[in-house]
Amino acid sequence: MDALNIVIVGVGGQGTLLASRVLGNIAQSLGHDVKVSEVHGMSQRGGSVITYVRMGKKVYAPLVEQKGADYVLAFEELEALRALPYLKEGGAMIVNTQQILPLPVILGGAEYPQGILSTLAQRAKLLAVDALPLAREAGNEKAVNTVLLGVLAGLLPLDKELWLSALQHTVPSRFIQANMAAFELGYQHKF
Amino acid sequence: MELMLGNEAVARGAWEAGVRVCTAYPGTPSTEITENIAKYEDVYCEWSPNEKVALEVAIGASMGGARAMCCMKHVGVNVAADPLFTAAYTGVNGGLVLVVADDPGMHSSQNEQDSRFYARSAHIPMLEPSDSAECYAMIQRAFDLSEAYDTPVMLRLVTRIAHARSLVEKGERAALELRPYVKDAKKYVMMPGNAKGRHVAVEARERRLRADLPSLGLAHAEWNGTQLGVVCSGSAYNYVKEALPEASVLKLDMVYPLDEEAIRAFSSKVERLVVVEELEPFFEDAIKAMGIPCSGKDKTGLQSELFARKLSTLFAGAENPGPMETPDIPQRPPVLCPGCPHRAVFYCLHKLGLTVAADIGCYTLGALPPLSAVDSVVCMGASIGMAMGLEKARGAEFAKHTVAVIGDSTFVHSGITGLVNVVYNRSNATIVVVDNSTTGMTGHQPNPTTGFGVRGEIAPQLHLEKLCEAIGVPSVRVVDPFDLSALEQALREETAKDCASVIIARRPCALLVKTKTKPLYVDKDACIRCGLCMRLGCPALIKDADGVRVDASLCTGCGLCQKLCPKHALKGGE
Repeated sequence: MDALNIVIVGVGGQGTLLASRVLGNIAQSLGHDVKVSEVHGMSQRGGSVITYVRMGKKVYAPLVEQKGADYVLAFEELEALRALPYLKEGGAMIVNTQQILPLPVILGGAEYPQGILSTLAQRAKLLAVDALPLAREAGNEKAVNTVLLGVLAGLLPLDKELWLSALQHTVPSRFIQANMAAFELGYQHKF
Repeated sequence: MELMLGNEAVARGAWEAGVRVCTAYPGTPSTEITENIAKYEDVYCEWSPNEKVALEVAIGASMGGARAMCCMKHVGVNVAADPLFTAAYTGVNGGLVLVVADDPGMHSSQNEQDSRFYARSAHIPMLEPSDSAECYAMIQRAFDLSEAYDTPVMLRLVTRIAHARSLVEKGERAALELRPYVKDAKKYVMMPGNAKGRHVAVEARERRLRADLPSLGLAHAEWNGTQLGVVCSGSAYNYVKEALPEASVLKLDMVYPLDEEAIRAFSSKVERLVVVEELEPFFEDAIKAMGIPCSGKDKTGLQSELFARKLSTLFAGAENPGPMETPDIPQRPPVLCPGCPHRAVFYCLHKLGLTVAADIGCYTLGALPPLSAVDSVVCMGASIGMAMGLEKARGAEFAKHTVAVIGDSTFVHSGITGLVNVVYNRSNATIVVVDNSTTGMTGHQPNPTTGFGVRGEIAPQLHLEKLCEAIGVPSVRVVDPFDLSALEQALREETAKDCASVIIARRPCALLVKTKTKPLYVDKDACIRCGLCMRLGCPALIKDADGVRVDASLCTGCGLCQKLCPKHALKGGE
């Protein structure tokens, strides 16, 4: 695996940062250069958030650009659709099938698009997973991100041990058990 | 190697450089520098009330022989500019570094001013890193240069450097003694006679630095072809390396003063010289003034961030590609959180149809629909002066339909002097201090109203009511914004008065309230679909085909919507 560009999208407050830190740790174990670009501040208040992870021999720009992502990890369906232009031809999109209505929809001024998953499936390799029940099953609702990482791990040609060690290094010890279980559920998930 | 945020790398580097004092006011994208340096117990660290005070404490610490660092966002430098320009005259004792984080693209700011001009107009050397490893190294270099040239030094970051993680190799903290303090009025007492002498010293210092630049290794030529040569620094360097791999590059670590010799040597070897920089043509104008033909801004423009695709398109002769194509789907703007006490205030202001001069903070979001309650937001503290200006322009009757809205942290930052002016110059302004006793938008940094310091230690708590009374505000009252009728009554009464008044709307930030209330639900039989609750713009209340429903995963059970519902159809909570 020479270079990898991943875009992680969600809604402010969903906790997209852990996933990027795990990926950063993996890049380090592989001896890659890595850059992770985050969003802080105003948009974190319930707005769209996006994190970029780039790894390779040498990484200059911190951002993934249009048609630049090998993978998109989406924590929410509408944000998955918004992130579609980032995906490379032939790239894969891992989507948590949660829907969080944005304010324009809540107020009735706009409609939440119907059939997002089928739109995505037409244009990308789609792996849709209802991660919330799996995270709950693992013992922590907040472990949705680790379920999605488990799915990603199933796609990448990397040792599973590498992922487990990255989780050990990044997840606070009191949450590690639930996150390990969540990772496994994602990893084993059948599509 | 450790994966570090640029801001974290600045903190680590400063600590290793032996920094003893770090002061700051929170501001995206600079906040995490101070949050990280606070983890090193051997550094005195504070959240100051504003950037001016922060810099003054740092200047004093430097004069006292300590290495001192002061951190702020770009607009904070406007506040700190007064001490900054004269600190350039006094010079330093212990190294003094001002870290400024610009925000091209305005991810979380009200403008995208370019801090490099401060360096030039105050004659302060400025360094600019392009990744976390350089953040770490350059902050250390900045302290050395500061002491070697007896000058404050600025380190400029931008959002994509401050908030990007990349690899850093850490070292150990230098064991530095406090430098001796010697009274030296000619250097530190800047009255005209002494300042004239120091202005001469500033010029001499800058001449010495310019002459030394070629030996300092702060400009790096990276050779590829000779057809195209690009001059750049910081974040722009990353995009250039990505987009124009065939170009030769001159990367400037020091963005002021410029290494003229390096630029001349580089330009003489390339057929076409291009300058790639975000925001203003700072390098380009300077290089043209050297008599060297170059271009850049004709293509890249003055606005927003650069990105690699933009450069590869522009320099292949194509049109500016603009931002990325986005599907035509509903936007997801930031919103006031469910349970936010500010929502109640803006609901009332909107209902009463008042003109609202607001301020900088989470509560700026009161401008968005459906609350749409805000008429103006300019800068930290501006609300009070602007409400008063509206009154002076349009008369006392207009003042009865106008309020200023300002948060507690912003009020302490730069609202107090505005309030003094209101009283002194006999305004009838009504000021609503939305007091959640924290600095919410930047991530809950404590401030003087919080009762805690930067490390969570107990601190004296500023008493806002007593402060307003001491200033001489004739009418000061405190309300709970969730008591909607009391809040509305307070607004009606205070705006009607022929005197200045302050309403303190006090309730903690919803994100900090630990006691959980059960979420509400809609009794569909009782609901008459009047839509009143929807006027709150609460993300937990959702309009559907069947009226309104509550998203139980978001609802905090704050009960604000219950108070509006004429049919008591919103049930639950407690």
